[in-house]
Amino acid sequence: MRTRPAARAGQYTALLAYLVFLAFPLLWLLSTAVKSPRELGSLHPTWIPRHPTLANFRQAFDEQPLLHAALNSLLVAAGAAVVAVLIATPMAYVMARHRSPLSRATSGWVVVSQAFPFVLVIIPLFLVLKELRLIDSLSGLGLVYVVWALPFALWMLVGYVRAVPAELEEAAAVDGAGRLRTLVSVTAPLLAPGIAATALFAFVTAWNEFFFALVLLKSPGKQTLPVVLTHFIGAEGVADLGPLAAAAFLATLPSLAVFALIQRRITGGLLAGAVKS
Amino acid sequence: MTAVAEARRPTRPASGHGAWFLVLPALIPILVLSVGPLLYGILLAFTDAQSGRTAATRWIGGLNFRDLLHDTLFWESFRIGLVWAVGVTVPQFLLALGLALLLNQDLRLRWLARALAIVPWAMPEVVVGVMWRLVYNPDAGILNETLRDLGLGDGRDWLSGLATALPAVIVVGIWAGMPQTTVALLAGLQNTPRELHEAAAVDGAGAWRRFRTVTWPALRPVALAITALNLIWNFNSFALVYVLTSGGPGGRTRLPMLFAYEEAFRYGQFGYAAAMGCVMVAVISILLAVFLAGRLRGGEDA
Repeated sequence: MRTRPAARAGQYTALLAYLVFLAFPLLWLLSTAVKSPRELGSLHPTWIPRHPTLANFRQAFDEQPLLHAALNSLLVAAGAAVVAVLIATPMAYVMARHRSPLSRATSGWVVVSQAFPFVLVIIPLFLVLKELRLIDSLSGLGLVYVVWALPFALWMLVGYVRAVPAELEEAAAVDGAGRLRTLVSVTAPLLAPGIAATALFAFVTAWNEFFFALVLLKSPGKQTLPVVLTHFIGAEGVADLGPLAAAAFLATLPSLAVFALIQRRITGGLLAGAVKS
Repeated sequence: MTAVAEARRPTRPASGHGAWFLVLPALIPILVLSVGPLLYGILLAFTDAQSGRTAATRWIGGLNFRDLLHDTLFWESFRIGLVWAVGVTVPQFLLALGLALLLNQDLRLRWLARALAIVPWAMPEVVVGVMWRLVYNPDAGILNETLRDLGLGDGRDWLSGLATALPAVIVVGIWAGMPQTTVALLAGLQNTPRELHEAAAVDGAGAWRRFRTVTWPALRPVALAITALNLIWNFNSFALVYVLTSGGPGGRTRLPMLFAYEEAFRYGQFGYAAAMGCVMVAVISILLAVFLAGRLRGGEDA
């Protein structure tokens, strides 16, 4: 199928417009992050900084406890990701292999949980965590993130399990392998890449999350990166632009790196989960 | 093989006993921290629960809902929430569809567009908000500077203008949510039968006709699913607008989530805020039911 030159030109113009729309805020963030305070105060901002400087990055670290916040985020996100796949994988296995009322109820929960307004869950959650003395604690927040990551993790993992033919497991059983042995040495290796991608996705969502962290963490020493970022914006909405841009840029790097790794698998997993046998 | 399969069948339900052991680790947190709180939240809506109060919480029946009915501020916030949700979801879908169709073509620079189209998905919402604050900044922002360069006036303070605040945050919402929609639609496009497309072209069908008769029918389920999800996600959105305007100016961008958040955690009105949450769920459910009913009817036409 050949495309006429005029149509091609139209397609490239449209593509260019998309590229501009998608890229310009990102480039502006980068540009602001390396501008000096004097340049940021000038009335005619430019795309290319006249005197690029890294001073904003140092100032950002001086103004807010960024490193500490990043460590908090890392602990919560990594912990939540590991726990989420540890408990979701067996459940996803059962859901994919056995049709039971419980599997169906859980599938229903996966779908319905997407429609929860968090506000209806957050107040009771706040009260429940208070009873458990898990308010203003990173473990409490991590626990919330585990549950919050579960619907997507289950959705992805059920798809990955379905992609492992049950016949393989049956063949192993015929060869005399026990149930556990089959799971460990036949199914698990085939699932490993999917499990890793799911864990990394759970990590990114927890790393990026704001609402629960805002409500559940109070002491400044415990807050995660997104919450600390909002402290750069003062009470009247007046922000110290340079350090704000620098800190925002740094906070994005881990998510971008992880996402670049798993992008293909996530896309594939979404579809795999959607294929109902 | 069939003999083997049949021989295995009877033992399969037996392994269902082990299933409990596999399911419990996930089931307990789901029940305690998701299903439980949801039901608890619905109950709270019928009480006068407040934060930090020493007196016992009492049942007050539908009083919260009656108050809510006359709370003009809430309904104004609700209206803004609907404008926001529809205003973001519809352009988001159209733009994502266009981008997905382009990315499905054999174009140069496609890799760059693909990579860029994913970036907003990976970014923390707070960072997206911060970034657009820099773009909209009245003095140091690139938007006003570009307008000045083009001779389109002195620009304005987009996020604090009564008329511009909501449209300005809607644009950010569109930008931030495009990736998921684009990826879903692209995946759908790659599932459309190529041969059918080529056969239609050979028969002399133009691009629009090919889209309507071949591409769209194949894409429709994906398109409807992602639009329904987007509508829900956008209606429940919080962080973006919290960072951009915190609901201002004068409540012009106060989405229902922000309203309920303030009610619960600034004023401590847990019961009342829970009632707001219930109303939000109810309206979303109704919208979704209407949408899905339309989808089923549309399916019969196709």
